[in-house]
Amino acid sequence: MVKRAISYQLSAVSLIFILCSVCYGQVISSSELISNAKQYDGKAVVYAGEVIGEVMVRAEFAWVNVHDGKYAIGVWIPKDLTRDILFTGSYKFKGDELEISGIFHRSCQEHGGDLDIHAQGLRKASAGYRVSEKLNFDKIKVILMLLGVLAIVWILSLLKHP
Amino acid sequence: MILRPTLEDVKNIGYHLGKIIIGLGVSMLLPLAIGLIQRELNPSLDFLIGIEIAFIAGILLKKICFSEKNLNWMQGMVVVSLSWLVAMLLAAVPLWLSGHWNSYLDTCFDTMSGFATTGLTLVQNLDHISYTHNFWRHLIMFIGGQGIVIVALSLFVKSFSGAFKLYIGEARDEKILPNVIHTSRFIWLVSLVYLFLGTIVLGIVGILSGMGFFNSFFHGACVFMAAFDTGGFAPQSQNILYYHSLPYEVITVIIMILGAINFKLHYHLWMGNRKEIFRNIEARTFVLTVTLTFLVAAIGLYQAGIYPKAMVLFRKGFYQLISGHTGTGYQTIYARQFITEWNDLALVAIICAMALGGAACSTTGAIKMIRIGIIFKALIQDIKRIILPERAVVVKKFHHIKEIFLDDKQVRAALMITLAYLGLYGAGTIVGMLFGYPFLSSLFESTSAAANVGLSCGITSTTMPAALKFTYIIQMWAGRLEFMSVLTLLGFIAAAFRGK
Repeated sequence: MVKRAISYQLSAVSLIFILCSVCYGQVISSSELISNAKQYDGKAVVYAGEVIGEVMVRAEFAWVNVHDGKYAIGVWIPKDLTRDILFTGSYKFKGDELEISGIFHRSCQEHGGDLDIHAQGLRKASAGYRVSEKLNFDKIKVILMLLGVLAIVWILSLLKHP
Repeated sequence: MILRPTLEDVKNIGYHLGKIIIGLGVSMLLPLAIGLIQRELNPSLDFLIGIEIAFIAGILLKKICFSEKNLNWMQGMVVVSLSWLVAMLLAAVPLWLSGHWNSYLDTCFDTMSGFATTGLTLVQNLDHISYTHNFWRHLIMFIGGQGIVIVALSLFVKSFSGAFKLYIGEARDEKILPNVIHTSRFIWLVSLVYLFLGTIVLGIVGILSGMGFFNSFFHGACVFMAAFDTGGFAPQSQNILYYHSLPYEVITVIIMILGAINFKLHYHLWMGNRKEIFRNIEARTFVLTVTLTFLVAAIGLYQAGIYPKAMVLFRKGFYQLISGHTGTGYQTIYARQFITEWNDLALVAIICAMALGGAACSTTGAIKMIRIGIIFKALIQDIKRIILPERAVVVKKFHHIKEIFLDDKQVRAALMITLAYLGLYGAGTIVGMLFGYPFLSSLFESTSAAANVGLSCGITSTTMPAALKFTYIIQMWAGRLEFMSVLTLLGFIAAAFRGK
């Protein structure tokens, strides 16, 4: 009896939390969405993170994978909305930071059961950029030192065995 | 009386180990080439350091331990088990230098996972890793899938004394061709032909799915290497879910099944003996166990109610199941979803599928189909013996390339290895539970590690205890080598201390 009461209270608190999140546009993390997928299923959510990989255009829509630091979630988005996306995260680029509002699906029936978000709106929170790669001179020093050792070892290896 | 290993034993082991380390160093030239093409400067430096360390260690070992003697069984087994540990440590160097792993232990976890074709990973910020490092992650799966020693046997060494012992030590007990080196080269031929075809097909699907040209083929090559070698690493953090593509899933399922087939069966299919696939005990057992475990998983998922549409249930359920059964570990759901969305029945089905594995002499781990088939046949034989009159002679045969009479020796060997695997799954589960993880999650992750699968229900993360990481490394290593060479190494160490 007590357990049931506690579970009702927890459910009520969770529901209030979800409603508040949506009403006030509070961003929900990927961990929260994945761990409590059933609670958010079919509801409007706001999700934010960096675009990673590539924008994969499929006819009038596109798949954009957005990473919030813990997990990446696939966002199904009208192609027109992707025009603002200029940078996608990779080794050489920091991707655009997006804030997406849309409907969350724990197992999208349109997309083979994928956990995804169907975007209704998109706001670019910050623009991505090219990451400048500075040569690591410490590594070069190590390479030169090891090269010396390798040369000595190689010369020693040429000596004939008794 | 246990005999203490002689200096000659140690030298012979060290000499062959040196050769294999040099082979590993040579294989690092491939990611270095990718780094130079992509103009990724620091990643290229990481691989230069890795290559130099491998060459120094390899040349030193060859020089210090110079030996012209043939390997005996004990030495061959020790060379194999040590090769895998040394390869884990050396292959981790360039990855660790990338800064994408929290510790050297985490990097070693990933390299052992790669070589053992498991697929569990502790990499951080994978979506921003360089092409160079990403390629190496997948290449070590390709090398490990064929067998680290086989790479040395077939590519880097012209003549190799004691080759057969090393071949057996890497858990390959079937020769496809009379000569072991020819067998190794045939395994490479099969893998490279499929690599070429698989990369093209996945590349085209990638382009049609909206990916760029280079990325399509890069991902195609990486995903092929990890799928055919039943590994499970993927270029992006979302694994196969990243692509959101049914064709991609269908093709990876085909590649995973190809990887789970015995190379000997591949040989006979290539030679035109297509009927073999319908008669082969491994192929038949595989179809039967996939059907049974999928039925259980489907009932579980139906009860869980997460996938109301039959097609969606099939797509998600079958993909995770076949990925687990072939020992690949590709996922189209998030690891946490196994626990939060799937029910216990569906999880048990996946655990059973993972525990069974694919064919012998393939790239899969786990108990393997031939052993399951033999045990099943032996069970039927025993039941018949009870039912039939005492004078009746019960003879059982099975078809594996040729008709083979079932004898007690085969049944004993199959049961021994099966028991060893069950013990390994159980040991990892207990360790997981000691650290406070629930039983089913611990069993899932332990089976996944020991059977070299790579599916995760969320336990595998950088925050898990170091002792558990170490346990999974041991499980992956022992599971991939099927115990013999690992036990021989332990015996070798014990003899060094207690022998006379």
